[in-house]
Amino acid sequence: MTLTVNMTLNGESVSAQVEGRTLLVQLIRDHFRLTGTHVGCDTSQCGACVVDMNGRSVKSCTVLAAQADGAQVNTIESLAENGELHPMQQAFKDNHGLQCGFCTPGMVMSALDLVANNPDPSEAEIRDWLEGNLCRCTGYHNIVKAIAAGAQAMRS
Amino acid sequence: MDTGIGAAVARKEDFRFLTGQGNYTDDIARPGQAHAVFVRSDVAHANLNSVDCEAARAMPGVVAVFTGDDLEGVGGVPCGFAPDGGPMNEPPRPVLAQGKVRFVGDMVAMVVAETAQQARDAAEAVVVDYDELPAVVSMEAALAEGAPAIHDLEDNSCFSWGIGDAEATGAAFAKADHVTTLELVNNRKCPNAIEPRAAIGEYDTARDSYTLYTTSQNPHVIRLLMGAFVLGIPEHKLRVVSPDVGGGFGSKIPHYPEEVAVTWAGKQVGRPVKWTAERSESFLSDTHGRDHVTRVELACTSEGGFLGLRVHTRANMGAYLSTFAPLIPTYLYGTLLAGLYTTPAIRCEVDGVFTNTAPVDAERGAGRPEATYLIERVVEMAARELGIDPVEIRRRNFVSPDAFPYQTPVIVQYDSGNYEPIVDRAAELADYAGFAQRREEAASRGRLRGIGFAGYVEACGMAPSNVAGIIGARAGLFEAAQVRVHPTGSVSVYTGSHSHGQGHETTFAQIVADRLGIPFENVDVVHGDTDQIPFGMGTYGSRSLAVGGSAIAKALDKIVAKGRKIAAHALEAGEADIDFESGEFRVRGTDKSVGFGDVALSAYVPHNYPLEELEPGLDEGAFYDPANFTFPAGCHICEVEVDPETGTTRIVNWNAVDDFGRVINPMIVEGQVHGGIAHGVGQALLEDCAYDEESGQLLSGSLTDYCIPRADDLPSFVIETTETLCPHNPLGVKGCGEAGAIAAPAALINAITDAIGVAHVDMPATPEKVWAALQSAQGE
Repeated sequence: MTLTVNMTLNGESVSAQVEGRTLLVQLIRDHFRLTGTHVGCDTSQCGACVVDMNGRSVKSCTVLAAQADGAQVNTIESLAENGELHPMQQAFKDNHGLQCGFCTPGMVMSALDLVANNPDPSEAEIRDWLEGNLCRCTGYHNIVKAIAAGAQAMRS
Repeated sequence: MDTGIGAAVARKEDFRFLTGQGNYTDDIARPGQAHAVFVRSDVAHANLNSVDCEAARAMPGVVAVFTGDDLEGVGGVPCGFAPDGGPMNEPPRPVLAQGKVRFVGDMVAMVVAETAQQARDAAEAVVVDYDELPAVVSMEAALAEGAPAIHDLEDNSCFSWGIGDAEATGAAFAKADHVTTLELVNNRKCPNAIEPRAAIGEYDTARDSYTLYTTSQNPHVIRLLMGAFVLGIPEHKLRVVSPDVGGGFGSKIPHYPEEVAVTWAGKQVGRPVKWTAERSESFLSDTHGRDHVTRVELACTSEGGFLGLRVHTRANMGAYLSTFAPLIPTYLYGTLLAGLYTTPAIRCEVDGVFTNTAPVDAERGAGRPEATYLIERVVEMAARELGIDPVEIRRRNFVSPDAFPYQTPVIVQYDSGNYEPIVDRAAELADYAGFAQRREEAASRGRLRGIGFAGYVEACGMAPSNVAGIIGARAGLFEAAQVRVHPTGSVSVYTGSHSHGQGHETTFAQIVADRLGIPFENVDVVHGDTDQIPFGMGTYGSRSLAVGGSAIAKALDKIVAKGRKIAAHALEAGEADIDFESGEFRVRGTDKSVGFGDVALSAYVPHNYPLEELEPGLDEGAFYDPANFTFPAGCHICEVEVDPETGTTRIVNWNAVDDFGRVINPMIVEGQVHGGIAHGVGQALLEDCAYDEESGQLLSGSLTDYCIPRADDLPSFVIETTETLCPHNPLGVKGCGEAGAIAAPAALINAITDAIGVAHVDMPATPEKVWAALQSAQGE
């Protein structure tokens, strides 16, 4: 059985036929070919698939595509404008907050949700927030720095 | 902005990763591709009575189902190393199981369908009838009298290997005032790159050629192994592409059976076949790391002078020999047992053992963390037993700076180093002098505070090919580079090194920009495609800069040499009178000069050009074979607080000083150290690949059960470097990728045992283990 999902994806109205069991991340990656959102695990631990849905960060591997019907979904591809990085992306670059880049889209999307609710997070608050985002390259040191710097840039 | 050697340049590769435009293997959709899912054994050891695929073949969307029988005649996946060339038991590893499965995760069948979901559904319908056999998980069980044989071999032993002078070591122990003995387990890790492995195989009937896209750290090595040893495809008919790769940590070095299966199946079904691992599959089938059981003894004088070191290790190979498995616990381990010290006599014996577990291969550090862990643990214990300060006992035994090149008793010769300033600076950063006060303050809060040191020497820059051959590598370990200067002076660099997070596109471009005096933006680095790159041995063992970077430096020398000839002609001067500096060829002592860009243009528009003596073009390749390994060294100091009520350890400070030789990009180097420490902390505190002893089931088979460090498990780090240049490579560089993973476990366990006042706690030092150790210590 297929269902129709209508949603606003990165500002555009889109529609797709999906199976009931199709995950939001599968819809984003396989159907709409937005491959910046990654899949790193199958237990909702790694956070490589984090996207913004209706103003909140969600793990798109743990949301059914059908649940996104009528939703506003923004992925990593929505942030940079005309080749200009978003301040949070720029902060990741300036602070070497990424190495292999695989966890990065999820980190950035997650960081934006943190900063939306807490514009000036402390180091401890950033580390606590990143509980659901795993990075195997950086030891988090520079990710934490990047998020603090990104938050500051977004405040000013 | 300075973008040359030594500058903290922001990375070229970041824009595409930050904007979601990375191109990882699973992001690739080949036209007409089908999807593969593997049916994996859910038992650890069994004969296969039957594999019934009939129902699966009838499922919606199924294109084909293959079993081991279909792959008869396809070679097994080979091993690339035998210690000293053998003898070594080297049982075959079929691509799909033939008659028998030997670990949970062994591949039994391959389902190819229109979609991944249809392939998954059909895989569920494959019926495998197993005749279960008893499984052996621990090496002790595998070597016990009457243990079930995993392969058609007399027993489960793979090899027995030794290094160092046994007699001299025995004599050292005979005259020792004090012997410190430690039995330890170096716990099995799962590398867990956040990108799961993936592969796409396709066959082009028009050109009779194959392409494999794969998550590999070394595409040329995969081409060689799979082409020559498994599928019989010559190099000119096989292209291997490793596009952006999301971390490797050793697990993406080996040649895996899935790569063979998709490449072979691509031809069978006449369309590209794609497979992407799920994380639970990664846990079962990625190569694991470490897994040693070791007894170490250190013979000392009463003043703490090291006289001799004796080591016996059992190393778990898993069920099959992965590509470099036997190298790791032999020549990447025994040769590093001198550490920072002048211990005159060392003997190490290692037994490689087969078990019903996933194959073991390199994991960040590969052999060197195991060596460093046992040295620095036993040294720390000796210091405590003899009542000598842990810094002081190390200092008394350091190789002195005037002793380099220093010949160790375990074959390797350290090229350069200066250890005392490293430890002095690290102790200063860590405020070692103020530790007693901090410990007292922590005690007033009911916390047990401890400090732990770990010094290390590692061997990077693998490796002189003739040495590699003597010790048993079935490959050369040089690196290749091509530097292509385009007519307008921009440059493409083709490197056999592969970046999966290390930032080569930036670091290598810095070298080129610096050497040629051209803008950093005018240099692009290309890697990961056997059709574009002349050759390559890939990235592992912190070798990219020392070997791959040196190949680029060598090619750059050729570019400059040819440029000098072109300039000499243009400037009507003798070639010997031309200096090249900051992008200008200048006649020495005059103001006559020509820029690099003009020389490049002249090479491609050779109107005023010495055509009778010189070919047009400015495009030079080089192969670089290192003269020796490189030997980075460092000291990491960790401070912890343990909660005696719960046994929970919190890392409160981490200070490190490392000597990596010349640093090209300090920002990237620091990032590498941070990541390495995280791997080491993971091993020491959190990570353990645990199998059930009876059933051989992997108990820690998901990220819910296997704990890799989270941001709140780690502190911020304080990192500095010192510099003694590598004397034998053109850049003076040593390598930095594994240092943290090598130093961290010993530093952390030394800190924890210091905090709770026990001799030893095995890794991972979970709250349960720490609490139990504390209880038994208090009971004494």
